[in-house]
Parts: sequence; C-alpha cells; structure tokens
Amino acid sequence: MSRVRVLVGTRKGAFILTSDGKRQKWDISGPHFAGWEMYHLKGSTVDPNRIFASQCSGWFGQIIQRSDDGGKTWIQPGTPPGEEKGPGGMPKGESNKFVYDTSAETGKPLTTHQFYDGNQHPWEFKRVWHLEPSPTDPDTVYAGVEDAALFRSTDGGKNWQELSGLRGHGTGPRWQPGAGGMCLHTIILDPHDPKRIYIAISAAGAFRTDDGGTTWKPINKGLYSQYIPEPTAEVGHCVHHVAMNTSRPGVLFMQKHWDVMRSDNSGDSWTEVSGNLPTDFGFVIDVHAHEPETIYVVPIKSDGEHFPLDGKLRVYRSKTGGNEWEELAKGLPERDCYVNVLRDAMSVDTLDKCGVYFGTTGGQVYGSADAGDNWMTLAQHLPAVLSVEVQTLP
Amino acid sequence: MIRVVLPGHLRTLAHVSSEVQLEIVGPVTQRSVLDALEAQYPMLRGTIRDHVTQERRPFLRFFACEEDYSLEPPDTPLPDAVASGKEPLLIIGAIAGG
Repeated sequence: MSRVRVLVGTRKGAFILTSDGKRQKWDISGPHFAGWEMYHLKGSTVDPNRIFASQCSGWFGQIIQRSDDGGKTWIQPGTPPGEEKGPGGMPKGESNKFVYDTSAETGKPLTTHQFYDGNQHPWEFKRVWHLEPSPTDPDTVYAGVEDAALFRSTDGGKNWQELSGLRGHGTGPRWQPGAGGMCLHTIILDPHDPKRIYIAISAAGAFRTDDGGTTWKPINKGLYSQYIPEPTAEVGHCVHHVAMNTSRPGVLFMQKHWDVMRSDNSGDSWTEVSGNLPTDFGFVIDVHAHEPETIYVVPIKSDGEHFPLDGKLRVYRSKTGGNEWEELAKGLPERDCYVNVLRDAMSVDTLDKCGVYFGTTGGQVYGSADAGDNWMTLAQHLPAVLSVEVQTLP
Repeated sequence: MIRVVLPGHLRTLAHVSSEVQLEIVGPVTQRSVLDALEAQYPMLRGTIRDHVTQERRPFLRFFACEEDYSLEPPDTPLPDAVASGKEPLLIIGAIAGG
C-alpha cells in the first residue's frame, strides 16, 4: 500500500509526518535540527529516500543537509572522503559554500541590485529558500537563494555552482527585495524538456531558460503591479509562487502579490484568473496531481494584513483553471484564525484521490485526502511553518 | 592544548557535548584557532566566519579572560592564559529574544 511522507520546514526545526495511503493517522518525527530555521526540505523523485534540506540561522549561516534514508539520519554532503568519522567516532561533514560567480569567463557578473531605498546594493548571500531535486538524476539538485540567484549541484549537494546567466542577463539592477528579502523561491524543472527551467523571484518576477540555464529571459508580460512605478514593467513584480502540473508543462499558475494568474504558453504571457476570489492576495498556489485544471490558493486579506478574511481559514479551489472558485472549509478553523500560509507551504500527493497539504505560521499542518473536500489537522502546535513538501511512496 | 567553548547550536552541529580541545603549532590567534577548529570539525566551516571573506559572522563574538576580542585583528595573539589552555576562548552568539 502506498505511503505519504510530508516534509515540514519550520522556524525552529524540521518535522516529518508519515501515514499510509488512507492518510487518516499520522506519525510525527522531529524536531530535526531543533532550533534552526528549516526553510525547505524536498525529496528526490528518482530516489525518494534522498531528501535535501536547507538549514540556516542568522547567527551561523547556511548549511545543506542530506538524508539518504528517508529522513532518519542526515549528513552534510560536503563530508570529505575518508573523513566520515571524526574524534570519538563522531561523524564529520563540511558546510556548503554558495559563492556568486564573479568570473568574466563564465558569466556577466553583476555586483548590485536595487535596495529598499532605491539605491544600488551589492549582492550578499543570505540563505537557501528552495531546493529542487532533478527529476532524472539523484545527484543533481538546484537551489534558489537570497539574494536572488540560482545554484546547481551535480554531486549530491557537496559543491554548488551559480547559473550566473540569470543574474547577469541584464535586468538585475532593477530587481529589488520584497518584505521577506530578495529571494529566488520557485524552481520548476520541465519534465519534458531538460533544458527548460522556470524560476521566480520576489520582487523581480518570473524568468525562463530554454538552454539549461545559460541564458534567461523575463516572462512577465500580462502582469500588472500597481505598487511599482511602471505597473507593466518587464521586471519588478512581486511573484509569490508559481505552480505547474507535470502533465502540461506549458501551463503555469501564479500567485502574485495581488492577483492569481495563468499562462498557457510557458510564461510568454499571463492572464488574470482571480475571478470570484474574496481577495486575490496570497502566497501559495498549487495544482491537483491528476486534474491539471484544478488549482488551489489560500486567500489572505491584504499585503498589510497577512491573515485570512474574517478570521476564517479557507482554501479556494478552481476546477476550471481559475476564474470560478469554490470555498473549501470543512475541517478548517471557522473563527479567530489569524495565521498566514507562506509561499512554499502547500503541496499535493499523487495518490488516486489527490491529497492536499498546507502549513501555517501558527504551526498547524492541515491535510485533505479527498482533493480538498474535507480537511483534518495533521499537526497542531509546531513552530511557524515555512514549507511543506509531500512525497508519495510505494 | 587550546580550549574553545562553542554556542549550543554549533556543539550540536559538531557533535560535541562540551568544550573542544585543539592542538595549535605556532602563534595562538583568532585565525589559528579557527583554522584548527575548522580542520578538526569541517562541519563548522562557514558558521563562525564567512566562507569567502573569512570575516566573523556579525552575530558572533569572541571572549576570553573576561575580555572582548571580537574586534581585534585576526592575527593578534590571544592571551597567554588561552594559549596555555588555562582559560578557554568563548565563541558567543549574540543574545536575541526577550
């Protein structure tokens, strides 16, 4: 019988929730890396026991962890060969370097981007927001970082190289940080075209490469953002998240700061599909595993009030690819709920009845085993949830 | 033998339960202590000083013998009491929270 593993990153550690295919009873392990900010954990689809995790701290910086046994044990992938055991038999490892490519040979190095105050500001590495394992090679994984850039490792997370063509393609000086920092938070690898990658940055917008990461172009046509001087600018949009159903890689769905958008031409242009949503501000967006026109968002009141409308936590589902939305409420808080759901904190499983999961800044993790019709609380008192990813296991 | 006391999170990361002891040949300075610490515990590379610039992370401080050595140049000799192992070098995380 299939199983489900939910990887939850929080402000104070990581938690792993597991269940059988019925998804009614859940075991929770953790906290893993207690006390550390765990921005993101994601498993490889090639080798589901391989999980990559971003562990970071304002005090101690960035560390990449990797598990090869489904989250039971972890290593820092930079472990020097032959030095797996240190004094006293304790395991050794090496933290991981994320160094921006400043060489003239491999890119067009940029040194500044726009800061909050409008001045130019040098790129400074802060943390890894998102890890995206390759769908074909368990040793290849991409990392989206703050300040925004894309890195890739081809040796299981030991060494990281920047794909500097993104930062250097020319619009970088117009990128600026959103309230959460200038983060590259979305990485979508086209399963049908290994040279095509989509990424999104807050607040720069969405970008696409068609040559494996060497060259990039902004794909923000159709976005309208009232909070920037030129609302239809090529870059500068605060894209919160982008999602895709792997069966239709040319169709993308976006939760922008305000506005829910879709593209039917690989991001070349976007149209708004907010429709009858009560508010189209939000962070998460995801797509049903088997119904590519069924999408989910969690409406948040506004950019100034990051909590659900009227204190009622609601998921909204569209079965028409947007515009027509239905409220999903069964099992979710009816009152006095003032949490947020952050951009990487929703995911779906691939069981026959698609499961949908999301976590809140209040430390709750909710799940639905029937595509959103009914919800249950999987965890209630975790630290603030930063990310939720799901693995469907045989 | 040089003694170094790490913040709690770094003790967990390095899999040590108390202070660590390091062998150092030559002058005992911030730089030589951190070089030896990172050689013995590579998982700490990048957590105390930046991977590239080698600058101290801003939320960490270096104390010894009830003095703050955080702003001293990295090649300044540490006190004799640290060099002799009588006193530890304390690596302290800035206090945050309420």
